[in-house]
Amino acid sequence: MPGSSRRDFLMGGAVVSAAGAALGARALAAGPAAAQEHHGGHHGGGGQPAPMKHGGGVDGPMFRAGTAVDHRANGFDPTEILRDFDYGRTRRLASGRTVREWEVVATDKEVEVAPGVKFPAWTFNGRIPGPTLRCREGDLLRVRFVNGSEHPHTMHFHGIHPAEMDGVPGHGAGVIQPGGSTVYEFEAEPFGLHLYHCHVGPLAEHIARGMYGTFIVDPRQGRPDADEMVMVQHGYNTTFDAEGNQLYAVNGIPFHYAGTPIQVRRGELVRIYLANILEYDPINSFHVHGNFFHYYPTGTSLQPVEFTDTIVQGQGQRGICELKFPHEGAFMFHAHKTEFAELGWMGFFEVAS
Amino acid sequence: MEAGTPDDVRGRSKSGAPAWLLGLGAVAIIAGVLISLAVFGGGTLPERAGPPVEELAVERTELAPGSIELTVRNTGPDPVHVAQVFVNDAYVDVRGESGTIGRLGTQRLELDYPWQSGSPYLVSMVTSSGLVIEHEIPAAVETPADDGRFFGIMALLGTYVGIVPVVLGMLFLPVMRRAGSQWIRVLLALTVGLLGFLAIDGTLEGIELASESSGAFGGPELVFLGAGLAFLALTGLDRYLRGRRERAESGGAGGMRLALMISIGIGLHNLGEGLAIGSAYAVGELALGAFLVVGFALQNTTEGVAVVAPLARERPTLLRLLGLGVVAGAPAIAGALVGASVNNAELSAFLLGIGVGAVVQVAVQIAPSLRDSSGRALDPATVGGIAAGALALYLTGLLVSA
Repeated sequence: MPGSSRRDFLMGGAVVSAAGAALGARALAAGPAAAQEHHGGHHGGGGQPAPMKHGGGVDGPMFRAGTAVDHRANGFDPTEILRDFDYGRTRRLASGRTVREWEVVATDKEVEVAPGVKFPAWTFNGRIPGPTLRCREGDLLRVRFVNGSEHPHTMHFHGIHPAEMDGVPGHGAGVIQPGGSTVYEFEAEPFGLHLYHCHVGPLAEHIARGMYGTFIVDPRQGRPDADEMVMVQHGYNTTFDAEGNQLYAVNGIPFHYAGTPIQVRRGELVRIYLANILEYDPINSFHVHGNFFHYYPTGTSLQPVEFTDTIVQGQGQRGICELKFPHEGAFMFHAHKTEFAELGWMGFFEVAS
Repeated sequence: MEAGTPDDVRGRSKSGAPAWLLGLGAVAIIAGVLISLAVFGGGTLPERAGPPVEELAVERTELAPGSIELTVRNTGPDPVHVAQVFVNDAYVDVRGESGTIGRLGTQRLELDYPWQSGSPYLVSMVTSSGLVIEHEIPAAVETPADDGRFFGIMALLGTYVGIVPVVLGMLFLPVMRRAGSQWIRVLLALTVGLLGFLAIDGTLEGIELASESSGAFGGPELVFLGAGLAFLALTGLDRYLRGRRERAESGGAGGMRLALMISIGIGLHNLGEGLAIGSAYAVGELALGAFLVVGFALQNTTEGVAVVAPLARERPTLLRLLGLGVVAGAPAIAGALVGASVNNAELSAFLLGIGVGAVVQVAVQIAPSLRDSSGRALDPATVGGIAAGALALYLTGLLVSA
């Protein structure tokens, strides 16, 4: 079961990190790794603001030195979002079929999207991106959607489902007014990495305000064990002029993984569920340094189509990247639309043995 | 001030309370009502429905290798907090002051950015509400340091374009002496034409500058405020000088007085001119070539002619002439210094306005001297002179682009 192994790893990871804080100071004393070290404890605990350690002048982009986003006040932390898969509540029908249920609440929330910059967001479950809903091919899914926002919303799922479960205005439950709720019920198909987002007009604004998330359908036979993580590429048009974005990010906060690198192990299979929901810009891209990955577009095949270090995704496109890091150290990843990288969409993997 | 008005007031005050007491009472009532309005009245009106109005004006941009330093002023009604800054689509470290800028407050933002000489940059300041306030640097050029060498250059520049040409223009004095009174009238008409052109030119330039400003300290009205104040101040000065002279000599044309007034007027105009040169130099837009200096000198030589035109019938000492030259030309030095070190559109517009008011006042003063024996100011000769003066400035103005 990828699910349970994932959770075990998370628990183990927190212990390893705490141990690292005690032992690691000397081992990691040289180079940029030393600066990252104390974030190891942060990895499990979350909440503590971490200022950027990378950048400045010719060293690249960064936010104002010494400033950091208050994840605790935001109520979510990209480091936690990275490996946070929500499997819902499950029960088994007499037929042997699994029913999987979630409750997702839309709320209006002011989010600190960059140190000192507040963004009046609309969210699913109070976070950007919304929860990563995870299920297995063939499950019966029931998503109870509660609109706690002051604005009308829906949840529109990608995937194969009846028209009345499409979460668009005028069909099925249609637009869910503030205070209202509905249940979206459909079968989990096809397997792969999918999206959900609000589909109320103006659509671009409802998406740009933060109403999106991913939805993973595992194949019946599962995938090989791996250190799994989700990366949702998006941006913030803080001026609301619908002309591009002022901030670009993965998983909510620009430059987050530059200040708090993603901890991975040398030689272990890393699986990245990568999606692009970026509004107002036609494309986005993902590039990893010092490594190549196998790419499974939309995750709907178990055979990779490409071995590369850079892929491009339009809005709504997504895919799975699988890679192993043969070398220890810090490896940057970022949009190879470098403008986005310098406006926040970049980070580091920290590879330890 | 009309004579008798103070007596009227005093006369009335005898019948009731003293005037000062009435005035004090009025002020006290006004103050009381305003305070209660502020305390109680504000709450009776709804608050603004819209988002905060965040405005920043960049007053000074200093470029040093690897850094861009901005001095910003909050010109809007609400506090502004610059949370992050990106330059040409890359976030940068911001050093220097941080925190919220109150209304009309300033802050220095030091951006860590490896800019390239000659390239354009767009600095985007992201406020705490996500608003982006942009500042454009058309072409990055290292800012000259405020050291002795810089002041030397500005002083030299001011001397070249201010004092030297005015003094050169005075060389026409001997020619004027030989000329008949008809020619003197033509020369004075020429001066009026010059001044009229300068007034229009300065007004347009001032309005253009003011409309680029943030408006926190006013817009184009600053040009007219400056012009009006200068006009009134110079008129007052002229009346004072005239009164002194009348006591000393009991009458007379007062050629020296008129020459001094023209010098002061042109000097105030040259202050604005120096300002334009200095600010162009500071942002690297000024090619300090021989062409510019010669162009300005040629144009300002005509100003020297204007200064000495009233002196054709007098015998001023060389020292006095030099003094007039300095009065007319030296403000260009001060203007260049201010212009190169302060980048404030409102101040520049106001100073340009002062120049406008000054030259208008001088033109008004000269006007009576254009009259011929029959009392007519405009005859073919003076009309030709005025036209020639305006054309001379227009044509010499084509030589300079600052």
